[in-house]
Amino acid sequence: MTTSFIQSNPHPSMPAPPMDIGPGRWLRREVFSSPQQAIATLVGTYVVYMLLSTIIDFAIVRAVWIGTDKSACTGLSYEVGACWPFIWAKLGQLTYGFYPADERWRVNLVLVFAVVLLIPLLVPRVPYKLHNAVAFFGVLPVFAFSFLYGGPIITPWLKVASVMLLAASVVMLAIHLMVLNEQARAKQAVGYSILVIAIITGILVPHFANASTVPVVETTLTLGCLAAALEALVQRGAAARHKWALFGLGAAGAGWILAAAVSSGAIDKPALPVVPTSEWGGLFVTLVVATTGIVASLPIGIVLALARRSEASIIRTTAVIFIEVVRGVPLITVLFFATYMLPLFLENSPDAMVRVLVGISLFSGAYMAETIRGGLQAIPSGQHEAAAALGLNYSKSIGLIVLPQALRLVIPGIVNSFIGLVKDTTLVSIVAIFDLLGGLRAAFADPNWAGPSALYTGFAFAGIIYFSFCYLISSYSAHLEQRLRVDHGR
Amino acid sequence: MHRVAPREGRNAPRTALINDPKVRRFLLQALLTALLAFAAYSAVQNAATNLANQRIASGFGFLDQVAGFGISQTLIPWAETMTYGRAYVVGLLNTLFVSAVSIILATILGFAVGIGRLAPNFVISQLARWYVEVVRNLPLLFQILFWYLAVLSAMPSPRSALSILGTVFVSQRGVTLPQPVIQPGAAVVGIAALALIAAGAFAVRWSKARRDQTGTGLSKKASIALSIGALLILGACYVFAGEPVQLEPAKQGRFNLAGGVTMMPEFAAFVIALTVYSAANIGEIVRAGIQGVGKGQTEAGRSLGLKPGTILRLITIPQAMRIIVPMLTSMYLNIVKNSSLGVSIGYPDLVSVGGTILNNTGQGIEVIGMWMVTYLTISIITSLFMNWYNARIALVAR
Repeated sequence: MTTSFIQSNPHPSMPAPPMDIGPGRWLRREVFSSPQQAIATLVGTYVVYMLLSTIIDFAIVRAVWIGTDKSACTGLSYEVGACWPFIWAKLGQLTYGFYPADERWRVNLVLVFAVVLLIPLLVPRVPYKLHNAVAFFGVLPVFAFSFLYGGPIITPWLKVASVMLLAASVVMLAIHLMVLNEQARAKQAVGYSILVIAIITGILVPHFANASTVPVVETTLTLGCLAAALEALVQRGAAARHKWALFGLGAAGAGWILAAAVSSGAIDKPALPVVPTSEWGGLFVTLVVATTGIVASLPIGIVLALARRSEASIIRTTAVIFIEVVRGVPLITVLFFATYMLPLFLENSPDAMVRVLVGISLFSGAYMAETIRGGLQAIPSGQHEAAAALGLNYSKSIGLIVLPQALRLVIPGIVNSFIGLVKDTTLVSIVAIFDLLGGLRAAFADPNWAGPSALYTGFAFAGIIYFSFCYLISSYSAHLEQRLRVDHGR
Repeated sequence: MHRVAPREGRNAPRTALINDPKVRRFLLQALLTALLAFAAYSAVQNAATNLANQRIASGFGFLDQVAGFGISQTLIPWAETMTYGRAYVVGLLNTLFVSAVSIILATILGFAVGIGRLAPNFVISQLARWYVEVVRNLPLLFQILFWYLAVLSAMPSPRSALSILGTVFVSQRGVTLPQPVIQPGAAVVGIAALALIAAGAFAVRWSKARRDQTGTGLSKKASIALSIGALLILGACYVFAGEPVQLEPAKQGRFNLAGGVTMMPEFAAFVIALTVYSAANIGEIVRAGIQGVGKGQTEAGRSLGLKPGTILRLITIPQAMRIIVPMLTSMYLNIVKNSSLGVSIGYPDLVSVGGTILNNTGQGIEVIGMWMVTYLTISIITSLFMNWYNARIALVAR
């Protein structure tokens, strides 16, 4: 009888050859795989060593840490590296510019608010994104500018409220027109004529009275809404939506009163000392310019991108010309345009800082438009068709179906253009706005500190700040990209 | 956008006029046109009033006036008695010059960085990676000021200039390169070089035609031998013509450098900054392009028995170029636009010279308009050229 042998358990696998595991494999495969590679590795290591040792030597080993002026950093027995006292002495100027020292708490407070609102916006898990976004993109800019600039505290909010109420009354009027359209032709004709008469009266009366005291837009809107409300009352039994006309009347009236109160200067009392923008500077201005560009670029970009894809030829051409011209010229010419040309074209020249912010916003908006257009093009036409089949109108199909998908696709692109914007803010120093880099150049000129050591230290300091900002944003963008890709894979 | 055609005739649903897309589109466009017209009208009105208040005459007449300021670097002859128009041209040429030099250098460095990032060698790829990370995350203006203020200004005076092998000198006054000295007889060498290049081109074409027909072209050994022969002939021509072309390095004098071609520090710092900055971006473009070529392509090449270098040259790069070229186009345009930052360190480029003209004459609208038109023209010409190149290398669908 023969015994058969069948192995029932798999034989344990052999260990890898000793040279093919662990650091040995890595060394052989990636570092010393051939003589050429070995030479490249050695040369590369030498370069890395030189760079690191120079940096450490400069920033730590040969650095001076304490002192009050440049004598601390000169005349030592060894060649001095970084002169950190220079940074300590100039820290206030580099951060706030010439913002008065007593008022700097305002800058800090705004910064704290910004960070508190921004962090939950960036962490994907936190809910209430929409509320958060409205607070950051809508409320914060108004608060920040009125608070940083100073002057009356309540008035800016009343101005905003007045504008919003008037906008609401415009919407109500539009709804009234729609209701009017659903009615018989004769009623339509009467309704339209009453409205037209009201609007013409609204324009003419302030013109003949005194245009500077009676606001034209507000009066026109109020009269229009009044006419609409009267019609609604007279034509009893019309659609229930007609009550919006009454709300419109209320909104327009309230807006009118608020506007009048603001312009009369009745509510100016609780006020902060005014800090003109010429005293703003340093890192703070860098952040103001970058944030304004970021906040403004999104709505401008969305409108331009939609306009560029519009079927209406005049709208499309206008958008194309604007986008291509702005993208075809350097930012510095746009800033020159905003600084030197804008005041010529306007009746009252706005503040220098505001002009630069307008230039930056238009510039970043044009670039953002192209990023968003990329997302819009990636949405298949089936989505538009499905929206149309559901009976959604243009604004609903864009706002509810197309834009949410398109924006999600281009989030990495949007974040990347933010990085570009942070770097581009340095250009404002060419048109005499003192951002971090401008403040640095001013600090170099201080005779108490001027010298090569201060120069290197200043560049090291500013470099670390710019690098950490941009590197943080780009790491966040990479993280986001990863997350979105995972979502798509599912 | 995607609309169902409305029913015609008596059965058509009664829609309000304002809900008709055509009417609505017309109204919107009319509104936009009216707004634009109003904006343009009030802008012109305000500009006229403001200019009248400042007593500035509009128009381009100022281009014929005498400029009266000096320009530190000029490619065409320049004197203070010449006109603003010519000053503008001088600035334009400087912009084009610095852009062209930076584009060439950045492309070379950028391809090296991009390929380095994908190198199998750990140290090299990490070095390239951190170069890209650091340079891309620092503002260009910061880098320009760094190279200008912290590096070139800190160089020794010309008397003790740093010299690289006794030919290139680096000092506070800039970078001094050897000056080419050309004597009669150079024409002979030039003609010989041209003839040899033509012969080489002919040989390459002949070899390719033969390979297409018979499968074997010139062998590698034969082509190396021919190249060496051509170089020897050229060398012989050079010697017999009496060595007519020579590079003469500057001589270090007591106080200054004598001879040589000196690039002013503004130019040198600006070129270095633009090159270093753009090369990091080009490196990323090259990396994206090479990674964009399917892995199967490399594997197919390997299974055909091609060597790694051949795979890179014949399979990867031609396909990667299709991804790279459009991105490279916008990068080149960026370099041209970024060359406007020369104004920050006083390099007399378009913006710098234009700014001086603007300050002297107050002709803001005209000068800024000229800038915009000039940059747009450069952008359009560059795009056209790169599109033409892109079309040449694009995938040919059969």
